[in-house]
Amino acid sequence: MPSLKDLKNRIESVKSTRKITKAMQMVAAAKLRRAQESAEASRPYAERFNAVMAGLAASVGGSDSAPKLLRGTGSDDVHLLVVMTAERGLCGGFNSNIAKLARQKAEELRGKGKTVKILTVGKKGRDALKRDFGDLFVGHVDLSEVKRLGYSNAQDIAKDILSRFDGGEFDVATIFYAKFVNVVTQIPTAQQVIPASFEESEGDDSGAIFDYEPSEEAILADLLPKGVATAIFSALLENGASEQGARMSAMDNATRNAGEMIDKLTIQFNRSRQAVITNELIEIISGAEAL
Amino acid sequence: MANTMHFDLVSPERSLASLEVTAVQIPGADGDMTAMPDHAPTITTLRPGLLKVEAPEGSSEYLVTGGFAQINGDSLSVLAEKAVPVSEITRSHMDELIAEARASHEAAKGGDDMSIVDEAAKLLADMEALGTHMSL
Repeated sequence: MPSLKDLKNRIESVKSTRKITKAMQMVAAAKLRRAQESAEASRPYAERFNAVMAGLAASVGGSDSAPKLLRGTGSDDVHLLVVMTAERGLCGGFNSNIAKLARQKAEELRGKGKTVKILTVGKKGRDALKRDFGDLFVGHVDLSEVKRLGYSNAQDIAKDILSRFDGGEFDVATIFYAKFVNVVTQIPTAQQVIPASFEESEGDDSGAIFDYEPSEEAILADLLPKGVATAIFSALLENGASEQGARMSAMDNATRNAGEMIDKLTIQFNRSRQAVITNELIEIISGAEAL
Repeated sequence: MANTMHFDLVSPERSLASLEVTAVQIPGADGDMTAMPDHAPTITTLRPGLLKVEAPEGSSEYLVTGGFAQINGDSLSVLAEKAVPVSEITRSHMDELIAEARASHEAAKGGDDMSIVDEAAKLLADMEALGTHMSL
């Protein structure tokens, strides 16, 4: 049975924990709104880009002259997994869910006898995968200094990946991130970026026949690297919103649990205080009776 | 014939403009072109330059780098990697862009692929011309 003083200390410490989690929840809520806004702002670009690329890829894709980024290298022996996670923890299952998906994929590929290489973006994913796949790491992108994600961050990552591709370091690249659905739901997603695959958009001016300036091939060659950057940028923004959403609900839970714990401890505290008082009374009365 | 067409200018980070316009001058990779309503459907890549938009409400200019324009008869979308309204551009902004172009030129010089060097040199020249044009 803990003493009254111990209980009081516990209650105080849980109370301050609750204050911290509450504050983190509110900060996450504010950041979430911003992250969602920038994710929405980027959507028109990505959608139009993919629509045009889908059209281009469909008309050029079949030929042998198609760029390597679209056609692939012809083999799929070496896979690059780009695992994008957060720089910070305390956001529920967000980081571990992405890491889990990446781990499954890596093991599956290794089971098929493929070579796996891993590029991590964000510290937490690196930490999570280090023990099992530490020897497969080929690089790491640190975004902890970045206050607000910009397109240039995505461009830097894309440039790194593309130079590795040009250097023949891998055949297939897949990015891992969490798609933001709502505050409680984020879906870990794997998306292949090299060779590029574009979903056919439905009915979007597919009937129109375009003039291309310069040629179709030249445009495609120019735009494919940008497509990688665009895919990474959208993934980064989705990830940013997901992280804040996950943190918000995790901290909401933590705040509620702390509240419950405080209630329980307060009842225990009151009961033991009452017991002490009763004890003292009994002692006084029995002392008086003995006289 | 319609007098206006719908014009969208989007960058990855935000959508800059969405309005009805009468004509848009596009800095295409093969030279400038002006798109007006009922233009033949065209897709062109952009070189760094000025995008001039003429709308019934008045005209505006944007500095764009990289990306492409998609022209349909009744609409025009410009997707630029970087797009800034000219009114927001400052000398330091321009210097930054020129420095960036110069850096990539220097980096390309080391390589043996002449086409990349040429491209970077052209980019640099474009940038400097742009700065002079805006008398900054």
